[in-house]
Amino acid sequence: MNRDYTPAELMVAAAAREIRDGEVVFVGMRLPLLAFCLARSTHAPTAVGLFENGVIRDSPALSFLVTMSDGPNVTGAVWCTEMREVMGLMQAGRVTLGFIGGAQVDRFGNLNTTYVGRPGQAVRLPGSGGAPDIASLARRHVVIMAHERRRFVERVDYVTSPGHGTGGDWRQRTGLPGGGPSAVITTLGLFRFDPTTREMVLATIHPAATIGEIRAETGWTLRLADGLGETPPPTAQELAMIRRFDPDGFWTGARR
Amino acid sequence: MSKVAPLGEALRRHVPDGASVAMGTALECLIPFAAAHELIRQGRRDLTLVGPISDICFEHLIAAGCVRKVVAAWVGNVQHGAGYAFRRALEQGVPHSLEIEDHSNFSIALALEAAGQGVPYLPTRSLLGTDLLARNPRLRTAPCPFTGIPLVLVPALAPDVAILHVQRADPEGNCHAWGPTGISAAAGKAARTVIIVAEELVEPAVIRSDPNRTLLPGFRVTAVVHQPLGAHPSPVQGHYNRDHAMYADWHAHSTTAESAVAWLDEWVRDPGDHIGYVAKLGRGRLDRLRPRTRQLAAPVDYGC
Repeated sequence: MNRDYTPAELMVAAAAREIRDGEVVFVGMRLPLLAFCLARSTHAPTAVGLFENGVIRDSPALSFLVTMSDGPNVTGAVWCTEMREVMGLMQAGRVTLGFIGGAQVDRFGNLNTTYVGRPGQAVRLPGSGGAPDIASLARRHVVIMAHERRRFVERVDYVTSPGHGTGGDWRQRTGLPGGGPSAVITTLGLFRFDPTTREMVLATIHPAATIGEIRAETGWTLRLADGLGETPPPTAQELAMIRRFDPDGFWTGARR
Repeated sequence: MSKVAPLGEALRRHVPDGASVAMGTALECLIPFAAAHELIRQGRRDLTLVGPISDICFEHLIAAGCVRKVVAAWVGNVQHGAGYAFRRALEQGVPHSLEIEDHSNFSIALALEAAGQGVPYLPTRSLLGTDLLARNPRLRTAPCPFTGIPLVLVPALAPDVAILHVQRADPEGNCHAWGPTGISAAAGKAARTVIIVAEELVEPAVIRSDPNRTLLPGFRVTAVVHQPLGAHPSPVQGHYNRDHAMYADWHAHSTTAESAVAWLDEWVRDPGDHIGYVAKLGRGRLDRLRPRTRQLAAPVDYGC
């Protein structure tokens, strides 16, 4: 087993495995950008990536990207268009998977990237970007974020991007067309959602984490999946690919 | 009729104090930083900024005290996350208080699109069940009159001005942009006044040689500014790559109001104008941003 990887590299590998071959993926910034490049270069050679600026690609970017609008993400694209076109495709149900990140998440996968704290005394975060659109409209979406107790709360202070609301059939009752979050990938583990209650459930633990640590960093009584397993670490091939797309560890952190 | 004007003159004439201005509409590329910096030099006040994710362009204008309100989906530093100037203004009223109208990228796109199409609103299925919807009184829900499904109604938003950076324009304002354009065309259709800032000023025949590449027709354009490197540090496809170091520099210097103002003094006010800014960047730095390869499109035949 290769333990010579950073937590972010493990998260990128786990995120890439959520992408099935042939999927149409709404790619976010940072780690999901790398996950799409990795999946496209390994097990999902026919996946297509949509970016909210209007880029559609069917190949990984030519080189390292800081933003989705960097030159190497444009050269060789199959379509460069307007935002309304890619958002419209997603609203019409043509996007099977989207990725988003968050500052705060709750037990039903609702995300907050707007205000943390009580109104009037809140810390202001940058805001929503396209995350609520992905969370509303993609057929399913995956959340990627750091796992800390202040971020994993019983109920988010502000719902920027809808998860499963208050659970159960909340999304259908609310009229949201997308299926909601299917997984949450954190620095400590991978979580899925109970098919009936829609509560977040720990599915696999990352190799360096423990259940005790995950419980301590989660602000509600966490349920464990039957057959709880370990998150497979990135393979040598996956690591080589991640390091090709992020050669200096800008997004995936310092390496030993 | 030529609409060509120097940057300073175009902004003095068309962007008064208190104006609502759409900028940074292509997201992380084609951001009209030269125009934002000139607005700072001219001491513009009480602007309402409209945009999706306009990267540190909005940060600079907020830190300089030019802004009263922001209508946007996200304000910060894409490369580093937090926008310190935005936070200081909202949380502490420094340099003065700031009003925010929160949108998502899609809802701001639809708001401009509605204005551009001359309809009072456009519907979407996004944002249902969110606090963006609950706390923005301008966004409303209604059942679809045909199917009964719940819809969010996004009201039209017509900014006073849109400032759009493009690769090339002719003197009438007919302009070509390539690469992703985000909500630039929507902003150009919606705004009462459109200022085009172009890397290259070209003969009208160049635009007419490839009409499918046109972002906006000249009749929607009020002024054309020829300003090479006018989007630096954001990227312009085929002209220059993103200058990541500039965003890291702002991240480091915007942590306090004093150091943010000092940075703006050094990079915006002291150089005097965009030519001074480019000179301060230096030839070596700019050469390193130039594309390493050319990637010409296959010609298309418009013959008849």
